[in-house]
Amino acid sequence: MHNEFFRMQGIVKRYQMGDELQTVLHGVDLTVKEGEFLSVLGPSGSGKSTLMNIIGCLDTPTEGEYILRGREIAKQDAKQLAAIRNREIGFVFQSFQLLPRLNALRNVELPLIYAGLGEKERLARAEETLVRVGLKDKLGNRPNQLSGGQQQRVAIARALATNPSILLADEPTGALDQATGKQVLQLFEEINRDGRTIIMITHDLSIAKHANRIVHILDGMLMEGDEQHD
Amino acid sequence: MIKRTWSLWKESMRMSLTNIWNSKMRSFLTVLGIVIGVTAIIALITIMQTATTEVTKEFISMGTGRLVVNASGTALKTGLTLADIEEIKAIPNVEGISPTVTTTASARSAYDWTEDVTVDGYNEMYFRRNSELVSRGRALNVLDVEAKNRVVLLDETAQQNLFYGKDPMGEKVFIRGYEFTVVGILTDADSGDVISQAQSDSTDGGRMIIPYSTAMTMTGTRNITSLSVYVADTSLTDQVQAELESVLKAAFNYKDNSYRIINMESLLDTMDTMLSMMYMLLVGIASIALLVGGIGIMNMMLVTVTERTTEIGLRKALGAEPGQIQLQFLIESIILSISGGVIGVILGLAISYVFSIVAGFTFVASGSAVAIGVGFSAAVGIVFGWAPARKASQLNPIDALRSV
Repeated sequence: MHNEFFRMQGIVKRYQMGDELQTVLHGVDLTVKEGEFLSVLGPSGSGKSTLMNIIGCLDTPTEGEYILRGREIAKQDAKQLAAIRNREIGFVFQSFQLLPRLNALRNVELPLIYAGLGEKERLARAEETLVRVGLKDKLGNRPNQLSGGQQQRVAIARALATNPSILLADEPTGALDQATGKQVLQLFEEINRDGRTIIMITHDLSIAKHANRIVHILDGMLMEGDEQHD
Repeated sequence: MIKRTWSLWKESMRMSLTNIWNSKMRSFLTVLGIVIGVTAIIALITIMQTATTEVTKEFISMGTGRLVVNASGTALKTGLTLADIEEIKAIPNVEGISPTVTTTASARSAYDWTEDVTVDGYNEMYFRRNSELVSRGRALNVLDVEAKNRVVLLDETAQQNLFYGKDPMGEKVFIRGYEFTVVGILTDADSGDVISQAQSDSTDGGRMIIPYSTAMTMTGTRNITSLSVYVADTSLTDQVQAELESVLKAAFNYKDNSYRIINMESLLDTMDTMLSMMYMLLVGIASIALLVGGIGIMNMMLVTVTERTTEIGLRKALGAEPGQIQLQFLIESIILSISGGVIGVILGLAISYVFSIVAGFTFVASGSAVAIGVGFSAAVGIVFGWAPARKASQLNPIDALRSV
């Protein structure tokens, strides 16, 4: 339960913005244990999305070491990174990012296609995951036939479908009203209780408090927070 | 692994079909270029092949290894004398000659009469070269020609006109008052050759063949204006033609335009060359249409990739490899172009079918044309879909997701 899940050391990320070289992350150190529910709290422009992209293996750091479950991410090629994203990481986005032309079941099926499962197994697992997030009756609905909260549940189901070890959520309640947001957070807590690691990125302290550990990010630097929540 | 690949293909196809279906109008307009290109190629190839087959068949039925001489002669000398003909016969490698005396007459039997019968005077050589001419009875022989026998062969039309429902064999036929005996029936296939058809205003009164010597007597002609020269060894046709020219020149005192030699083989060659040039030209034009169609597909695919940047980013975040993204977009462009190709093939065949009915040709759906149409359109899909698909696969997932 308390094994190291990933370790970041001295992560620096620079972007070329026109003529200027902009440093977004200034040497971030972060270690996350398996089963943790961590919030990364920071205002917009603090570099929290960049950090999330690096954690999610969507982006690679300019400098520093990032080891995820014993694997040095900098040494993986595009194909291996795709496999890591598929098996290890489940993404939940602020704007849900559901494909509008596919129904809930087909949306959740997507990552399973890239996992290489047969169609029968894919659909069975997608259905199972949707039932788990409480959308048993909405399998055939397209995103525009679902409420915001339901759409985010579909997105969470999609993130969970490949049974990844970590759920990576970027402002998951940002597009939801408070009541629905709260339901989504409760769902996160449940998922975390099952032993899955969750990292949630937010600018809202009251949301961040749902996690059991908070780190602050400001101007590309990370500070361990003092608020501890159980 | 195979199962995994197949599953991905199936999924890519399903996604592509969904996307194409969801933008029906745009997809239709995009494939229109391919449709037109393939339709043009299929229609042109099929029509050309049908026409070529038909025309070649006609030419071959007229016989190769044969030179047709039209000797209108000069003001002083109309046509060739029998002495001239002997000289032509003496040319090395000439198997034989068949003078042609054509006239139109009315004819009568014991039962009926008919007008406008084409009466062709030939000799035995004509039948030797066209062995399937006689369906019943016998052909003309040397004796008929030598003795100016009054014997006649009838074609189906003439037979029906004069002997409806009766057996004409051995019956009498009167042509211009001369009495002839029916010795044979011509097959339907023989309607005379194109040249004699063109010379005698072809009529529906039917056709009869009599010995040319008899025909000369009957029409009062002294000289021959038309004859066929049969060459024994067809590889030496050109030599025979050269010698023939010198004989004819001498016969007509070196006057211009006094005679004309038609070489069936060189005519066929010329036609072949002309047809294949036209063929290439047409296929060239159709290829340009296909090229334009391909550019249309490329344009649409580039737009699609831009429109679906977010989707591409999302798929990458969910674990799609670059190759899988590329495959999906490539399949989409191939499906687009092949469906254009299939529509084109169907339209092209329909057009050539209508054409062959109108032109009275036998319609033959060319398998190679269908293969070319489908193959070309698939190739267009791959070639012009490659770059957009590559672009999609190389998109940075972060940029792609940020564009929301």
